[in-house]
Amino acid sequence: MENANHKEYDVIVIGGGATGAGTARDCAMRGLKTILIERLDFTAGATGRNHGLLHSGARYAHTDPESAAECIKENMILRRIARHCVEETGGLFITLPEDSLDYQDAFVKDCLASGIQADVLDPKEAIQLEPAVNPDLIGAVKVPDGSIDPFRLTTANVLSARINGADIITYHEIVGFEKDGNRIIGVRIRSIHTGEESCIYGKVTINAAGIWGHHVAELAGVTVNMYPAKGALLIFGHRVNNMVINRCRKPADADILVPGDTICVVGTTSTRIPFSEIDNMKVTADEVDLLLREGIKLSPALAYTRVLRAYAGVRPLVAADNDPSGRSISRGIVCLDHAKRDGIEGFITITGGKLITYRMMAEEATDLACRKLGIDRPCTTAEVPLPGSEPDADDEERRAHIIELSTEQKAAEGRHGSWSGKIESKSDSDDALVCECEQVSVAEVNYAMDELNVHNLVNLRRRTRLGMGTCQGELCACRGAGLLERHDGCTQRSLDDLSYFMNERWHGMYPVCWGETLCEVQFTSWLYQGVMGLGSADKDDSSLRTDHLNNL
Amino acid sequence: MMNLQQQNISDNNFESCIKCTICTVYCPVTAVNPDYPGPKQAGPDGERYRLKKPFFYDEALKYCLNCKRCEVACPNNVKIGDIIQAARIKYAKGKPSLRDTLLSNTDFMGQMATSMSPIVNFSLGLKPVKLIMDKVLKIDDHRTFPKYASQKFETWYHKNAEKEQEAFPRHVSYFHGCYVNYNYPQLGKDLLKVMNAIGYGVRLLDKEKCCGVAKIANRCIDEATRDGENNLRAIREAVERGDEVLSTSSTCCFTIRDEYPHLLHLDNADVRDHMMLATRFIYNLIDKGKVKLAFRKDYRKRIAYHVPCHMEKLGWTIYSTSLLRMIPGVEFIDLPSHCCGIAGTYGFKKEYYKYSQAIGEPLFESIRASGCDFVACDCETCKWQIEMSVDVPVLNPISVLAEAIDFDATRRLNV
Repeated sequence: MENANHKEYDVIVIGGGATGAGTARDCAMRGLKTILIERLDFTAGATGRNHGLLHSGARYAHTDPESAAECIKENMILRRIARHCVEETGGLFITLPEDSLDYQDAFVKDCLASGIQADVLDPKEAIQLEPAVNPDLIGAVKVPDGSIDPFRLTTANVLSARINGADIITYHEIVGFEKDGNRIIGVRIRSIHTGEESCIYGKVTINAAGIWGHHVAELAGVTVNMYPAKGALLIFGHRVNNMVINRCRKPADADILVPGDTICVVGTTSTRIPFSEIDNMKVTADEVDLLLREGIKLSPALAYTRVLRAYAGVRPLVAADNDPSGRSISRGIVCLDHAKRDGIEGFITITGGKLITYRMMAEEATDLACRKLGIDRPCTTAEVPLPGSEPDADDEERRAHIIELSTEQKAAEGRHGSWSGKIESKSDSDDALVCECEQVSVAEVNYAMDELNVHNLVNLRRRTRLGMGTCQGELCACRGAGLLERHDGCTQRSLDDLSYFMNERWHGMYPVCWGETLCEVQFTSWLYQGVMGLGSADKDDSSLRTDHLNNL
Repeated sequence: MMNLQQQNISDNNFESCIKCTICTVYCPVTAVNPDYPGPKQAGPDGERYRLKKPFFYDEALKYCLNCKRCEVACPNNVKIGDIIQAARIKYAKGKPSLRDTLLSNTDFMGQMATSMSPIVNFSLGLKPVKLIMDKVLKIDDHRTFPKYASQKFETWYHKNAEKEQEAFPRHVSYFHGCYVNYNYPQLGKDLLKVMNAIGYGVRLLDKEKCCGVAKIANRCIDEATRDGENNLRAIREAVERGDEVLSTSSTCCFTIRDEYPHLLHLDNADVRDHMMLATRFIYNLIDKGKVKLAFRKDYRKRIAYHVPCHMEKLGWTIYSTSLLRMIPGVEFIDLPSHCCGIAGTYGFKKEYYKYSQAIGEPLFESIRASGCDFVACDCETCKWQIEMSVDVPVLNPISVLAEAIDFDATRRLNV
């Protein structure tokens, strides 16, 4: 406690996913003194490991009308406030010969009842709209689905929180709570890098740590019954579809194909896993098999498209409070006032929900925090655009008519919206590409290092897409490591960082390592191990574990 | 799971690219023009972005020569040049300009020009005409136009050669191309001389049209497709009567064999193997012992061979060079393989002229240093470029053979 930070905040937000970042933004915009604490990097949890689907709500219209209504409401809000994170692709719900058209009729009725536009299309029309769709379809419904980039969305929320005065800390985990009787008055945090501990004081603490919130709640002395459910997904090397394609049937495994930036993603599965696995998930051969088999039914092109990698996220499923068995699972938003529920003052847990409802969750949690603080200020997050999506900024296509943009400038505009104007190219070498697959220039990397909390290559990947393309870091990782080294001046750390980055890329390629992906991996290992002599990390297990976290 | 992905690469195979970047190293344009992103970025990398949104199409793709050296260099068989050309066809803004249409309509221009060849040749050489073409049409005034012939090859053939060809016991058909027909009928006459000497009569195709390479490069795709369909019909007729179809131009031959299916989506699988360069056909006959050549004793020449880019792509250089090496009096020099820079109509355009010459410079230098009597080369546009830039004559290997063989002795050997 020697280095205690004696500044007292109104609100401490735990968790740097979309919900945590959104909550920090909402609090800061309502004038609360706010700090956001993240154990690793923004979007390191479930936020960065999902479809990136801008749900229309159609998927839930039949089974969960409440969620459906939430989705369509937030869908329309995000199109306005997060324009640069959203692509308005539209979505199809297709019926295949093995499904029943009766479901489609009920589905359309339920959509309309929830306020979701649902247009029945002739199968031929659907093929015209989306040539990649399975041509055997017997029915199709068009809905306002889209895609949303969770990395951009979270970064924009963090930026907005910071602009409104919030403090941001990454790579610090919660190790305990400071209490005054039954009131929580602060959190004890430990640096992941140095192990140093310190205290941060705040009147209200909001637990927005996703599945890790289970553990955070335990530290506070309360029990929230969460169950980790793993969802595995596959990323393909390029877009085969430009519209979201769903199966028109009861939600099941691997029935959504989403185009996102330069790639497309098929998913997901749903498997309960033990808490011991949430920091180190593996995608199994059976899951890959299932995802491919079902994915091909959505779009046959997936059978002959290179699979880039596989990954998995953890949904925080919350058991209803009155059901200790955990059978009655809610997929809706769960906002717990632990003063009412457990007699612990100054502590709120916000969990459940979906990526698309992050803003609504943040609003609920912030409303509750305001009530506790006795503050009455309205939420404005649904009206004020996120940094990068300001309405007066010209969009990329309009700007391209005025000045000739290079491909990397166009790509950067897509990633940072109107803030790409801050990417300053002072010389020819700033225009040079670091990541060729994803068109990331030296100038963009410099911008990310200066403005977007970048400490390592994984951070850089999440802020810019560096290393997310076809070659999975083969060409860009060493260049990126060089720029980071120049930025923070430690060669050894950059080398370690590079090793871990390449291993992390390999981790995702391993489950799908055949064909061209296998060639790519082999070529990459020749380059990094053979030509550059980058060693495998031969450290003992415990240091591996911390280093692993260091680089997440 | 691998059973689900027996073949995990799409038709346009850009995902086979493992980003080794060898193609960019071998690209002649990247070396001289920093505005060109290079084949890797213009091809496989750019394609991912164009699939995301056509807005990502980069107009700098117009700098591509379509030389296909990237494809030759690629270890993973990615059709990089095709990807770039297909993207230009699909996404480039605006219609082809008047100049591009004129340059690519070789048949139309040839018909007009041969009928008035003395006037056309004279005026195309005049400074004021060149200046007007430079300013109005943006055809660079440094460029020398190939001379038009006073009589088309086809006209000469029907008048003077057709009858006697049927008397030969065996036959081939000849895709002469626009250059032979409108500019340089002598090459066609040379082919007849060589083929007749080894006992083959030469037939022409029914209503041959331009192979379309210039139209493809200038994005006149509908016209190119029409001409292509016509040519494939004529080639099929020839193949059905038992003829192989020979060409004396590596580019015409390459276009019909490879660009038709890849860029015009014309199915030529049934006749593709019957379309080949004359040097390949002749070499194979000699190799199998079916024909023999007798050479003049007094033929003494120092010949430097230049590999045209499309010849490199066909992989048939060895046939032409082997034939030249057979000639007893020939001192043979293999020039380092390097693009000459003209790339058909590309080098005629004002905005590309300087790149065209910069690309060719290393080749020009090695020709100057070789001390050769002339350069041998299977491509007519390389010929224009080298003759204009180095002032050394360029001959097709078939013309060299025609000059070097002892016609009567060869005929006697192949009765």
